[in-house]
Amino acid sequence: MALELGRIPIEGIRWGRATRIEEKVLLIHREELIERTWGGDSRITSLDADLAMPGESVRIIPIKDVIQPRVKVEGGGGIFPGLVSGKEKVGNGRTHVLEGCSVMTVGRIVGFQEGMLDMAGPGARYSSFSKLLNVVLVIDVKKGITQQEHEEALRLAGLRAAAYLGEAGRSITPAEIDHFESLESRSTKSSLPKVAYVYMLLSQGLLHDTYIYGQDLKALQPMLILPTEVMDGAVVSGNCVSACDKNTTYHHLNNPIIEELSKRDGVDLHFAAVVVTNANVTLLDKEQSSSYTAKLVEQLDVDGVIISKEGFGNPDADAMMNCAKIEERGISTVLITDEFAGADGGSQSLADAHPRANALVSVGNANTPITLPPMERVIGDVQILGRLAGGHPDSHSEDGEITVELQVILGATNELGFEALSSKEI
Amino acid sequence: MAKELEKAGILTVHICTIVPISKTVGANRIIPAVAIPHPLGDPTKTKAQEKALRRTLVEKALEAMQTKLEGQTVF
Amino acid sequence: MDRKLKVVHYLNQFFGQIGGEEKADTAPLKKDGTVGPGLLFQQLLGQEAEIVGTVICGDNHFNENLETAKEAVLELVKGYRPDLLLAGPAFNAGRYGTACGAVCEEVAGRLAIPAVTGMFPENPGVDLYKKSVYIIETKPSSMGMKDAAQQMVGLALKLAKGESLGSPAEEGYIARGVRKNYFAKERGATRAVDMLLSKMKGEPFVTEYPMPVFDRVEPSPPIEDLSQITLALITSGGIVPKGNPDHVESSSASKYGKYDIQTAEALSPETYETTHGGYDPTYANQDPHRVLPLDVIRDLEREGVIRDIYPYYYATVGNGTSVANAKKFAQEIAKDLLRDGVQAVIISST
Repeated sequence: MALELGRIPIEGIRWGRATRIEEKVLLIHREELIERTWGGDSRITSLDADLAMPGESVRIIPIKDVIQPRVKVEGGGGIFPGLVSGKEKVGNGRTHVLEGCSVMTVGRIVGFQEGMLDMAGPGARYSSFSKLLNVVLVIDVKKGITQQEHEEALRLAGLRAAAYLGEAGRSITPAEIDHFESLESRSTKSSLPKVAYVYMLLSQGLLHDTYIYGQDLKALQPMLILPTEVMDGAVVSGNCVSACDKNTTYHHLNNPIIEELSKRDGVDLHFAAVVVTNANVTLLDKEQSSSYTAKLVEQLDVDGVIISKEGFGNPDADAMMNCAKIEERGISTVLITDEFAGADGGSQSLADAHPRANALVSVGNANTPITLPPMERVIGDVQILGRLAGGHPDSHSEDGEITVELQVILGATNELGFEALSSKEI
Repeated sequence: MAKELEKAGILTVHICTIVPISKTVGANRIIPAVAIPHPLGDPTKTKAQEKALRRTLVEKALEAMQTKLEGQTVF
Repeated sequence: MDRKLKVVHYLNQFFGQIGGEEKADTAPLKKDGTVGPGLLFQQLLGQEAEIVGTVICGDNHFNENLETAKEAVLELVKGYRPDLLLAGPAFNAGRYGTACGAVCEEVAGRLAIPAVTGMFPENPGVDLYKKSVYIIETKPSSMGMKDAAQQMVGLALKLAKGESLGSPAEEGYIARGVRKNYFAKERGATRAVDMLLSKMKGEPFVTEYPMPVFDRVEPSPPIEDLSQITLALITSGGIVPKGNPDHVESSSASKYGKYDIQTAEALSPETYETTHGGYDPTYANQDPHRVLPLDVIRDLEREGVIRDIYPYYYATVGNGTSVANAKKFAQEIAKDLLRDGVQAVIISST
C-alpha cells in the first residue's frame, strides 16, 4: 500500500464564474462555495465567504479551525473520512493537495480559546498561516442550539468547504509528487536507529476534542495509525485548547514530525510507526493511556520516540507520564512542548515535571506579551478579544492597538513543531 | 497556592484531579478528585448520588486536616 | 562610541578602604576616581571607559536601612551621570551581595543604565536578585577577583554598547531563570528529530527546557478539633458570579475574585458560572457545586462538624496562570485569612 501525494501550488485566489484552477490561480464560484459549505445544515443561519491574502492589513478573529483543501483522486475512501466522506479506510492511492491556501472557519465565539491571526505586521511572523491564501468563512448558527451543536456545525462546514475546493484539484497535474510507502510493507531489518512517533491528541470534551475517522478520542485505546491516513484527513481537530498550541486540521494534514521522519526514513533513521494516544480528564485514564502507549512502543522494538503534545496544563501530566514510562523501558524520548512561563518569563513553564523528561524541544513561551498595531480590516469580531484566552478586558487601546499574549495567535506555539519559535533561559 | 498558604501557616487541603501536578508543585494534603470538568461531581449519577460523592470527598479533606503528616500525602 | 563611557563603581566599607567590620555602619559616601579593586577594573576597561567615581556604603548600614540607603546611593550615582554601574564583586559575603544586588536593580531600573555585579552562587543575594540583575559567577573569596573583574567588565561593556549576548554560560553570569523567546533556524519538528538522533547515539545534546526542581514546605500540624475551626474555600476552577463582574480572565489570570457568600446556602447555575477556559464548562455551569462544594460544606457547618465557613470564597483560574501570579494571589489571600482567624482552607482545582 502506498500513497502518492500530488502537490498543486496555488498562488492566487479570486472569485470567479466557476470553481476551478487555472495557471496556479484558484477561481471560486462564491455562491456555490457557500451553498456546498452550508450543506443543508439547518443549524446554520448565515454564511459569508471572504478572502485574506498574505501582506494585507487584515485581522481574522475568532478562528475555530484551519483546513487545507485536498481531494482523493485514487484509492479507497474520501477526504476527512467519517465526517464528510464515508468510513472507508484511507491512506493509499493518490491524493492531491492545494498548497499555499486554506479554509478558515470564523464566527460567533463558541468558547474561550479560539484564535486570532494577523496577515501583516509583527503578529504575522508568529504564524505560518499568515503566509497562506485564506478563504475565510464567517458562519453563524441558530440561537438556542447547544454549544456542542454549534461547534459541530462549524467543524463540518469547514471540512465540506475544504473538500469542495479540493475537488478543483482532481484533474490538475501536480507540480510535484511525493511517494510514501506504507510503513507496514517495509523490511524492519534496518541497521538505522528505529524511531516511532507518539502523537498525543486532546480528548477532553467541548472544544477540547479530536476526531479519528469521525470518532472522538475519549474512548481511544492507544493504537497505530499510518502517516498516510493522517495525510488524507483521518485526524481532524475539534478543539481550541488555546489558539497558540491547538493542532488545527491543517497542522494534522501537514504534520511536520511525520514529514521530517518520512523525509529522513532510510537516510539516518528508520521510521517505524505512529502511535496515537489521547489525553483524558481523569487521572486513571491518563495512567491507563500512558501505560498502554509505553507497552505498545516497547513492542515496536524501537530505539527512540518523538512525543508531540497538544494544549497545556493537565496534558503536561500526560506528557510526563508518556516520557517517564517509555524511558523506563530503555527507549529514548524527545518531547516537544510549549511553555507558560508568565509574561516576564520568570515562572515555571510546565504544570508538571519528571526527571526522566531530559530531552525537550521548546516551541516558545506562550505568555509573552505582544503589542499589535490596528489592522485596516477585521474579518470576524475584534471586540471578542477580551474574552479569549491570552487577551485581557483592557487589551484594546484607543487607537486600535492591542496588547495580548502570544497565546491568542493561532499556531504560534504549535507543539508538533510546525514553527521555528523557541525559548531559552537568560 | 497551596504551598504559599501553608508557608503562611494556614493548613491547606488540595482537592484536584491531576494529583501528579499537585505533588510536583508541592501541596501537602491532596485529595484525588473525580475528573477535570467536574472534580466534585459526576454527571452520570443522580443529584443525590453526586451530593453524597461530594460529601465523601469533602469529609476526606476534613480527615486530612486532622492527620499528622510526614511529607506530601495523597488521601 | 566617540566618547569614553563613564562608570561608577559600588563597594562596601572593606573594599572601599574605610575599615573592617567596625565600619560596617558607614553611611553612603562617594570618592572620585577608583578605590581599591577599582584600579584593576580600570585597567581591564582600558580606553573604552573610565571609572569616574566610587560609591561606598557599609554593609550593615545598607541592610538595616534598605529604603533610605538605596535612595542615598542612587543620588550619589546619579551625580556622576554614568553610562554603566559595576558593583562589588561580593563573592560569598551575604550582606555585601544583598547590597550589590539591590544597588544594581535600583540603578538599572531607575537610571536605565546597565549594571553588573559578581557573586558566588550560594550568596543569598543571588536568589534575591538574579531575576532582575546580571550577576557574574565568581569564586567564593577574593582569590577570584581577577577572573570576576574580567568577566564583569566583558559583560558590562557588551551591555553598554547594546551588543547581543550569548547564553549565560558563555557570558559567565548566573542564569536568571527567565525564559526568553527567539526564532530558531529550524522548526521545532526538525530540532526534535536532530535531538533524538543525538540522544539515541549517546552523543551530547542540550535540552531546550531543563526540568525544574521544586522546593517543599513543611506540612502544617493537624487540627485537633474541627468543630472549632473557620474554614475558607478557594477554587482555581473559575467559579464566579454570573457575568464575571471582576472579569477574571479565562486563562493566565492576572487577578482573583473574592465573593461574599455569607447569605448563600448554595450556588445556583442562575447566579454562578465558570470562567475557566481550559475545560469543558458544561458540567460546572449546570451545577457549580461540582467545582466549589458549598452545599456540602454548609451542611457540615449546620451539623457542627466545623464551626463556620469564612464569609468569602476566592476564585481564580488555574488555566495557564503563572506560578508567580498564583504565589502572589496566595500571599494576599493568606493575609486576609490570618487576620480573620481562618485555620484551614480547601482548594478545589479542576
